Amino acid sequence: MTGNKLPLDGIRVIDITVVWAGPYATQLLADWGAEVVRVEPIDAFQPLSRGHRARPPKKEVMARKTWGVAFPDWDPGARPWNRSPSFNVHARNKKSMTLNISRPEGAAIFHRLVGVSDVLIENNVPTTGEKLGLSYEILRKVNPALIMIRMPGFGLEGPYRRFRCLGSHIDGISGHTQIRGYPDLGLEFQEDVFFSDAAGGVNGALAIMMALRYRRRTGQGQLIELAQVENYASYVGDVTMDYLLNSRVQTTLGNRHRSMAPHGCYPCKGDDQWAVMGIATEEQWAGLCRAMGDPPWTRDSRFADTLRRFDNQDELDQLISRWTETLDKRVVMETLQKEGVPAAAVLDQAEVYRDPHLRERRFFQAVSHSETGTYEFPSIIAKFSRTPNAIRTPPPLLGEHNEYVYKEVLGVSDAEYRKLEDSGHIGMDYHPSIP
Amino acid sequence: MDQALQDLRILDLTHYVAGPVCTKALADFGADIIKVERPGIGDPARHLPPFPNDSPHPEKSGLFLYLNNNKRGVTLNLKTGAGVCIFKELVGWADVVVENFRPSVLPGLGLGYETLSAINPGLVMTSISNFGQTGPYRDFEATEAVYYALSGLMFSTGRADREPIKMGASVIQYQAGIQGALHTMIALRGRETRGSGQHVDISIHQVQTGSIDRGTAMLLAYQYTGDVVHRGFQLDRGGASVHLCQDGYLNMYPEDAILHKCLDMIGRSDLKSHPLFSSPEARSTPESSLAFDDLLAPWLLEHTVIEAWASAQEARIMSGPVYTSAQLVTDPNFSARGFWSRVERPYTGRSTIPGRPFNLYSSPWSLRRPAPTLGEHNREVYSGLLGYSRGDLVKLKELAVI
Repeated sequence: MTGNKLPLDGIRVIDITVVWAGPYATQLLADWGAEVVRVEPIDAFQPLSRGHRARPPKKEVMARKTWGVAFPDWDPGARPWNRSPSFNVHARNKKSMTLNISRPEGAAIFHRLVGVSDVLIENNVPTTGEKLGLSYEILRKVNPALIMIRMPGFGLEGPYRRFRCLGSHIDGISGHTQIRGYPDLGLEFQEDVFFSDAAGGVNGALAIMMALRYRRRTGQGQLIELAQVENYASYVGDVTMDYLLNSRVQTTLGNRHRSMAPHGCYPCKGDDQWAVMGIATEEQWAGLCRAMGDPPWTRDSRFADTLRRFDNQDELDQLISRWTETLDKRVVMETLQKEGVPAAAVLDQAEVYRDPHLRERRFFQAVSHSETGTYEFPSIIAKFSRTPNAIRTPPPLLGEHNEYVYKEVLGVSDAEYRKLEDSGHIGMDYHPSIP
Repeated sequence: MDQALQDLRILDLTHYVAGPVCTKALADFGADIIKVERPGIGDPARHLPPFPNDSPHPEKSGLFLYLNNNKRGVTLNLKTGAGVCIFKELVGWADVVVENFRPSVLPGLGLGYETLSAINPGLVMTSISNFGQTGPYRDFEATEAVYYALSGLMFSTGRADREPIKMGASVIQYQAGIQGALHTMIALRGRETRGSGQHVDISIHQVQTGSIDRGTAMLLAYQYTGDVVHRGFQLDRGGASVHLCQDGYLNMYPEDAILHKCLDMIGRSDLKSHPLFSSPEARSTPESSLAFDDLLAPWLLEHTVIEAWASAQEARIMSGPVYTSAQLVTDPNFSARGFWSRVERPYTGRSTIPGRPFNLYSSPWSLRRPAPTLGEHNREVYSGLLGYSRGDLVKLKELAVI
């Protein structure tokens, strides 16, 4: 790693987040230098955080064989919680300590950590937060400069404050599920999308950065509330505006577009090969026609302008497919882009890793991890001209940084450390009773 | 009350969606934004729907109205020498420049980062573009579907027997805008310690490829197993989660791990000891799933979405209704919490708009002024801030600079 200081060096973040939205916020902060300390219990398993369960049998993994249980070589190994892709992909650059903060001696240690940290982040349902003792009123007395962000699904107050949800449910409530998916199939054929986790994560990190700037100016910490349904409702704001202005309820157009035509996903040469394109202007339509070699049908009056192309999309899509079907998807993309037409090959994961653009921008980085091996990770999102950046440390093993956090950061004595080991706070394995 | 970013000055060269989302996020928490638009036409988003009663008018776009509150607006023609000079004066005023032109545009006007940072060494310049400032796709065109397709996620989304399917609206561009705002704040923090600004390069394509909505986990899963993720991994395996109720749809995923909670939900707790549902092994069989579906489907049809959702939550099952915009706008949780904001503006009158994405209790979100009409703050900025006389402004207007 470079000797360059990262912008968030010196900021310590206590991370008691679960699943994805909270962890994505701390990924973004850790990537730019914040010391993110995950605080995880070993006498309780947080579902969907380090995998869907602590010890899935290999038989079950092989029966499911989906990306959610995609351990290296489909083998959960001795400590599956250190091998989950859903966890490891966001946990790089973070540290892990083990502690159950809902037990009295755990709470005492937790308060000591709060005393020497800048930010506390959690994304539990408020009732769980209360059980864990996550009260800003109490913690601000421990550290008046503390910035505490809470990211529940529905808010700290309000009729649904006790309700539990995942990103897929937030997707539904915000109105996004209603406007995606195949238009000829009912909503029961919709699959789950978790884009709101990415949205909650980046906005959570942004809120923290704003509060840090405010603290620098005023010396004051504060409480931040991010209700994830509200956050994500802001992402479909223009669709909601259509209702607010015109009482129009938008429904899914599938791969089509409200104003662009043609706009779709077209079959290409080979099995399960596809390319997308979209035409917004007359210039782009002319570009598409040139790319196809100006076949006579493009001069048909049914396709003379945007409105007529919009009204005759079924025929248009069939005619375009006849052209794309003969070509490699990458040729479709390159040919159309050369003519100024937005187009792309639909890439699978293997092809994304080979993509020349992401390669040249060095988006993938090999990371070595003691319980999985060396693999290429998607790395840092943004590029800064004067602060080169890369993944610095691999995803932490459960409890990997216990010694560092307890002894160096908190000054816990060897005797006290042993006592916390004996009482089931400190360790690197979940309690054997946890399935 | 104080706002978190009230000491932050931003020169805003953005248009359409991703760039304006970035400056909106900062403006709503107090940043002073001067949005620069082309004379005559303005931000092309002014010409995009939704419009009230579907009648297009450059001062009535619901999209523009929503994305440009809390900003001051000026017009400036950057293709004129005088326009470039005035712009450089504004660069001296600003902490941050945000822009989302194609990568070649500003350097072509003599306004690249190197030039601007020579004027203002502390400047943070954030450029949001389709594919970033470097790389072979740098000048490629894009749509929401293009980003989704190249991220690897579209290939895996949809049914196995159908074409891959994209998401709705412009959510990827919104995400890129917020990533722009976040990384602007991170670069500003870096400026406090290192003293100089820098150029922040946000590629919307890279934002999507690095987003945690399944995509990054699938990329690592491919590394771990060598297997790509084929469409249908959820639906074609009987894992449907959207269910028809009496008057709409509820999303919940009745997987084997929560089947006992699901039996509680439908009032059949007595069946927990039934051989089909008693053990984890039994619950993971297809027979068990089918038997449960036969119990769940009729129960849901006898209940409204809201009743079914309440029962699911009572049983501590993670779940949510699938809303239309109409149901979202009338939902009691959003209303009771004061999510919706009201804005009053010439041409459009009083409008309701979606409000805060999050709240900082000591330095809150607020709506201080409506989206600017085209050139609304020319005099305030050019005379008040830069000291041009009324005569200068008349001349600049004649020369089509403002």
